Amino acid sequence: MEKYEKFSGIVAPLDRANIDTDQIIPKQFLKSIKRTGFGPNLFDEWRYLDEGLPEQDCSGRPLNKEFVLNQDRYQGSSVMVARKNFGCGSSREHAPWALTDFGFKAVIAPSFADIFFNNSFKNGLLPIVLSEEIVDELFQGVFGTEGYSLEVDLANQVINTPDGKSVLFDVDPFRKHCLLEGLDDIGITLEDADAIKAFESKHEVAAPWVFNAIKAEA
Amino acid sequence: MAGKTLYDKLWEAHLVKERDDGTALIYIDRHLIHEVTSPQAFEGLRIANRKPWRLDTNIATPDHNVPTTDRSAGIEDPVARIQVQALDDNCDEFGILEYKMTDPRQGVLHVVGPEQGAALPGMTIVCGDSHTSTHGAFGALAHGIGTSEVEHVLATQCLIQKKMKNMLIRINGNVGSGVTAKDIVLAIIAKIGTAGGTGYAIEFAGEAIEALSVEGRMTVCNMAIEGGARAGMVAVDDTTVDYFKGRTFAPKGELWDQAVVSWRAFYSDDDAVFDAVVELEGAGIIPQVSWGTSPEMVVAIDQALPDPESESDPVKAEGMRRAYQYMDLKPGMTMGDVVPDRVFIGSCTNSRIEDLRSAAEVAKGRKVDAKVLQALVVPGSGLVKKQAEDEGLDQIFIKAGFEWREPGCSMCLAMNADKLGDGEHCASTSNRNFEGRQGYGGRTHLVSPAMAAAAAVSGRFVDVRELLASN
Ligand code: SF4
Repeated sequence: MEKYEKFSGIVAPLDRANIDTDQIIPKQFLKSIKRTGFGPNLFDEWRYLDEGLPEQDCSGRPLNKEFVLNQDRYQGSSVMVARKNFGCGSSREHAPWALTDFGFKAVIAPSFADIFFNNSFKNGLLPIVLSEEIVDELFQGVFGTEGYSLEVDLANQVINTPDGKSVLFDVDPFRKHCLLEGLDDIGITLEDADAIKAFESKHEVAAPWVFNAIKAEA
Repeated sequence: MAGKTLYDKLWEAHLVKERDDGTALIYIDRHLIHEVTSPQAFEGLRIANRKPWRLDTNIATPDHNVPTTDRSAGIEDPVARIQVQALDDNCDEFGILEYKMTDPRQGVLHVVGPEQGAALPGMTIVCGDSHTSTHGAFGALAHGIGTSEVEHVLATQCLIQKKMKNMLIRINGNVGSGVTAKDIVLAIIAKIGTAGGTGYAIEFAGEAIEALSVEGRMTVCNMAIEGGARAGMVAVDDTTVDYFKGRTFAPKGELWDQAVVSWRAFYSDDDAVFDAVVELEGAGIIPQVSWGTSPEMVVAIDQALPDPESESDPVKAEGMRRAYQYMDLKPGMTMGDVVPDRVFIGSCTNSRIEDLRSAAEVAKGRKVDAKVLQALVVPGSGLVKKQAEDEGLDQIFIKAGFEWREPGCSMCLAMNADKLGDGEHCASTSNRNFEGRQGYGGRTHLVSPAMAAAAAVSGRFVDVRELLASN
């Protein structure tokens, strides 16, 4: 994973609560066996007027001009603000893959669904939890000012608004470290291989039926 | 010192290491794998030149993409075919047990796991699928993970976790007859909301839960995620132990006895402290139907649809307005005004033998109404299908005008050919009523299997208890 650097980006406002991963990336696109290429189908059902098909060239499809991501003023956006419970529903990691493939690097909302929240960190997408009031202010800012952008500074856990306001946010120290350094979780966990093996020996005594039960058939 | 909750006990029994940053390494006993969320994980292993940590922990089956019609000719959709083929190839390459598409044991993973005794009480169970919460029904810690975590579990047999908070949802007293596990969980979600359980592991308890079979408890835990909780669970009791006896991968002989002793410790101590407690009265729960595009938009069958104007939370009211528009319904209507264009009985929520029995009881001697274009019954696994056929349920459904299909996820998420047409309403026993979930423009109404069958034979949503009374 690439290191997560400080950046400044145009903000796209998605003024809805409970945005589910079925909306972020509809199921027909989950048939891909790759991690990339989901961007053109991000929010497919809201973004286009027709029904999207897998592996289709989206460049000629009719756009829903009213949808935020199709409006001129939000082109090139890399920060999204949304309402509470963002990313609920299916565990599909294709949701953060689609958001990052499109160009998003951070999503700001009053709350996120747990699995989406987790998946995001593993893909260089920073979910930022801010209070409903502050999210409200951000919406007002974005709606009121064309080209509204935010500076996202993960190292200092702060976002800076165009009118000079700084808002601090919380982030889990381990996840922050992994994002900033671009670290791969698996490598970190495998540094504890001895602890895992030690646990396994103990567990095999306590719960032997867990082990050696399932085998591939010839 | 306060006692421990069921979740605390499961957590401690699998804690490998606590790290200074407040996260922990948790050991994973079982890993279930399907075709949609695993290809990129296997690819990751190959790129990093890593091998699975253990093989005897994994079990795989394709379910999301498979056709539910005759499979002998393979999958017609080329993209779906590639994905199922990728699962077959990956399992062969790495040496993982897989029930392939034509195997009689194939089915929806969350049905197959417990059915085979591959998922057992007291275990940690994960899968790249949010409805893994199903397995909590038998005193296991089970939850969905993303694809990066699928790869992480394959490579390390562990997950990096933060401990969740404890929530207890207690149903006081029993529910009336004709009221099922599905109605209980829909009523719960209507009460706590789709984010009510976020950050929590939920334990379901109380008389109505104890009275359920393990299959019914699976229906409840399945939808913990619709209430925002990654994990839902029910304590181990005699019902749990009996359910697993003799299953393929369940321990046998002395090992069985030892396992039972160990499993019986998985309950919450009387003096355990929960961070949140929610109580519902069983007697107050009647058959439920979802009307909107979020699983919290639920009414009891006899209720009028709610008015957004009387909703005090503006964000919620706006969501309701949008839902009314999408669903083409109006506040004040009742669900009896709605005609289901299609009916779907299936999914990991409600496709087990008891679900099929309860739908068949309603369908028996009746006919699918002419207004209903299609009524599908999709058993959860090949073994459920066979059992149903042995009991003659297939014939009851077929005579009534239902289609009897091969097992898979089917119209629950419409990744295969089974889907709703634009604007069609569906009485569905699945778990999600999101926009487009069952097909582009499709309108889902979540119900129990008995309620789905009742809607099919009535041509509108009705209170199944009225039909059962005239049986
Ligand atoms: S039946 Fe539906 S909810 Fe269950 S695993 Fe399949 S797609 Fe997911």
